[in-house]
Amino acid sequence: MKVLAFDSERCVGCHICEEVCSDTWFKATDVEKSSIRILDEGTGLLQAVFCVQCGECIDVCPTKALYRDRKGIVRLRKQLCVGCLSCVGFCPYAAMFYHPDQLEPFKCIACGQCVEGCPANALEIVEEPTPALTVTEQWEAVAG
Amino acid sequence: MNAQGSRRVLAEFAYEVPPVERGYTGQTLYVNLSDNTIAARPVTDEMKEKFTGGRGFGLWLLWHGVRDNTKWNDPENEIVISSGPCGGTTQYPGSGKSLVVSISPLTDIPIDSNVGGHFGPLLKFAGWDALELQGKAERDVIVIVDGQNGRITVEEAPDVPVDTHLIGHWLIEQMAEKEEDRYFMSVVSSGQGAEHTRIGCLNFSFYDRRRKAPRFKQAGRGGIGTVLRDKRVKAIVVKSPPVRGDSNHPADPERIARAGMRLHKEIHDYDDQQNRMRRRGTSYLVGIMNDYDLLPVHNFRYGSHPDAVKIDGDVWQSRFSQGLPDGCWYGCTMACSHAVDGYTVRTGPYKGQKVIVDGPEYETIAGVGSNCGIFDPDDILEINFYCDTYGLDTISFGTLTAFVMECYEAGVLDKEKTGGLELRFGNAGAAIEMLHQMARGEGFGRIAGQGIRRMKEHFVREFGADPQFLQDIGMEAKGLEYSEYVSKESLAQQGGYGLTNKGPQHDEAWLIFMDMVSNLLPTFEDKAEALHYFPMFRTWFGLCGFCKLPWNDIVPPDNAYTDEPAKIPEHVRNYVELFSGVTGREITAEDLITMSERVYNFQRVFNIRLGKGLREHDAVPYRSQGPVTVEEYRSRAERYDKQLRELLGLDPEKMTTEEKVAALRKHREAQYQKLIDAVYERRGWTRNGVPTLETLKRLGIDYPEVVAVVQKHL
Repeated sequence: MKVLAFDSERCVGCHICEEVCSDTWFKATDVEKSSIRILDEGTGLLQAVFCVQCGECIDVCPTKALYRDRKGIVRLRKQLCVGCLSCVGFCPYAAMFYHPDQLEPFKCIACGQCVEGCPANALEIVEEPTPALTVTEQWEAVAG
Repeated sequence: MNAQGSRRVLAEFAYEVPPVERGYTGQTLYVNLSDNTIAARPVTDEMKEKFTGGRGFGLWLLWHGVRDNTKWNDPENEIVISSGPCGGTTQYPGSGKSLVVSISPLTDIPIDSNVGGHFGPLLKFAGWDALELQGKAERDVIVIVDGQNGRITVEEAPDVPVDTHLIGHWLIEQMAEKEEDRYFMSVVSSGQGAEHTRIGCLNFSFYDRRRKAPRFKQAGRGGIGTVLRDKRVKAIVVKSPPVRGDSNHPADPERIARAGMRLHKEIHDYDDQQNRMRRRGTSYLVGIMNDYDLLPVHNFRYGSHPDAVKIDGDVWQSRFSQGLPDGCWYGCTMACSHAVDGYTVRTGPYKGQKVIVDGPEYETIAGVGSNCGIFDPDDILEINFYCDTYGLDTISFGTLTAFVMECYEAGVLDKEKTGGLELRFGNAGAAIEMLHQMARGEGFGRIAGQGIRRMKEHFVREFGADPQFLQDIGMEAKGLEYSEYVSKESLAQQGGYGLTNKGPQHDEAWLIFMDMVSNLLPTFEDKAEALHYFPMFRTWFGLCGFCKLPWNDIVPPDNAYTDEPAKIPEHVRNYVELFSGVTGREITAEDLITMSERVYNFQRVFNIRLGKGLREHDAVPYRSQGPVTVEEYRSRAERYDKQLRELLGLDPEKMTTEEKVAALRKHREAQYQKLIDAVYERRGWTRNGVPTLETLKRLGIDYPEVVAVVQKHL
């Protein structure tokens, strides 16, 4: 599967990726609406928070709104989401986000817009092996 | 079976589904099964302000529905189901509870029973803050609240099965046109067992989207399932519009979301280090209770057993399917509603069927397990499955079976009197057969199913049993069987059980650790304060639609360093945020207690109105206070001898065990009376347990009809 990757040594902290992301998906320039967040934790190297498509949230979702699509990307079916935000609290990377303007959470789906916008080539889309099936996917395989 | 062919509409009512505003729909649904009246009734501002919702609405509606002499099986008795203003919140764990209120066939006073599952929230989203069911149908019916189409029907349903695992599936299969319809449906049902006993429970369904099957949570306590079947209702079904994150239309959604995300994160980070509720549910308590000598064993005689390890949390973790979001309402990441999948039933009418067993939870494991000397997980699963599908409360079943077993071993009962059942401790086969007899309404099971209080009368009358012995070992108070904790060594918990409104259920107060282990309640005043604060605090969950478990089965990592760790101050702040965020009514932590006090005192007065609720009714069996028998004394001789020496200045070396039992008993019974005095004073009641006029006025519930009840006792 193709996922977003970040090179901290190249990142210059311009935050353009955040602007591109929020503009792409929310038509707004607002880091709180971005699915990628650049953090300065004082280590000398900047960190990026975004979804790595691990799929742990799929097993936390009570409505099966979260699923892995055919390309391996974890996505949210908004019409099934009840806005419980369980996935926000349970994301091991803190990469599922909430904004009060909408009921449903949001996350990176590796669309690549930020890669194109990054002036420092700190972001790219790379090929990664698809993780093992989640418990939910195993049940789906049995229950049909 | 053709669903439409076997159902016939007897009454119909069309309505416009109102929007929910700040947690309320502003109306309750009244259904009379005797004359098929169906009506919408307004929710007044007074109701919201004084009674909040949930149990408060239930008691208020029941009060106005019944007379002073109404019995559980009179047509005017009601079953009221209500969640509460915060019920149906999806962002905060444990926000989907329903409270059910009715006059109990066990206690003859109001019972309140809280339950998970989807019914209460979906009822609200279908347009109703509460459902009030009165009257009795001539023939078996189902009541359908269709909030998708704005239509209520009472329908004759002769072919529909009664037992829950059948009717739950059947109704959902028949009434859902597509898979998505199942998501927003919930069924309330009971079972055959409820028809022949007084310990009937209600099952509340929720649709499990992964298992593709309905699951069930139980409103277990007090025999409301028996009332449902007495009214000849087989099921109540609700269908609601799709649930959304803002279905409650809260005043401040962001405030709720922020609190919710905080708790989700806390559970994610710390549950594995704390109770592992997400893996084991409440079964984790078995090992802890056993370690602290609090696990009921052999009818509460003992507090631990070497075989408890066979039924502890680790065993259930290996039996429960792991990795699923087993919450009984959306967004409950505490996820304690576990299940054993693919269990093959071994006995009875459903022998050979592969079923999902919901639970077992701690109370069931301790009640039908250790308390009956049963330590085989499969026996516990068999009993759990049948209790649920027959509509029987596992707590009452466990406690009354333990009582029967002690009677058998003491010679009060024998094989002849039980119709051949050798009901000794540990005989699971006999217990399971008694359970089937309850469902069939036959044999000794029918007698046992009347509950401990009526069994005591029966055994004295028919078998010449010693009434004092039965009173001492029969673990019931006010007619309700005890839930599953040994309270002998905690005076505060003896009050936590005895000084309750509905009877000995630990959901009002669980003070054993504070009192016995941590010694935080050394004086009578300390105990009385705890027996004021905690019952009120816990009552509040049932007014609003909350579950108690996410309050203290997970705690913030720094909780131990707060001023009052037992209260979990950070979580109390969350609840203040949630209530204010949903309703727009700004409250404080102190207001929360006052809100409960109103409902709690109203319920006390309601008890008095129906002939109970005075000091004499707060009496408890001695088994809950100390060793009844010589062998019980000897099992903890060192501890008891020490108490005789240090507290009473006696020399145990010079006493027989019988004398020591008697001396300890005299002391402990006197302590309990002193505790009652202190608690009544703290609660603003007279020494006879009657709320004073000042108390009623302070709380704003000095309505003329309420004052009239207490004035007879002042």
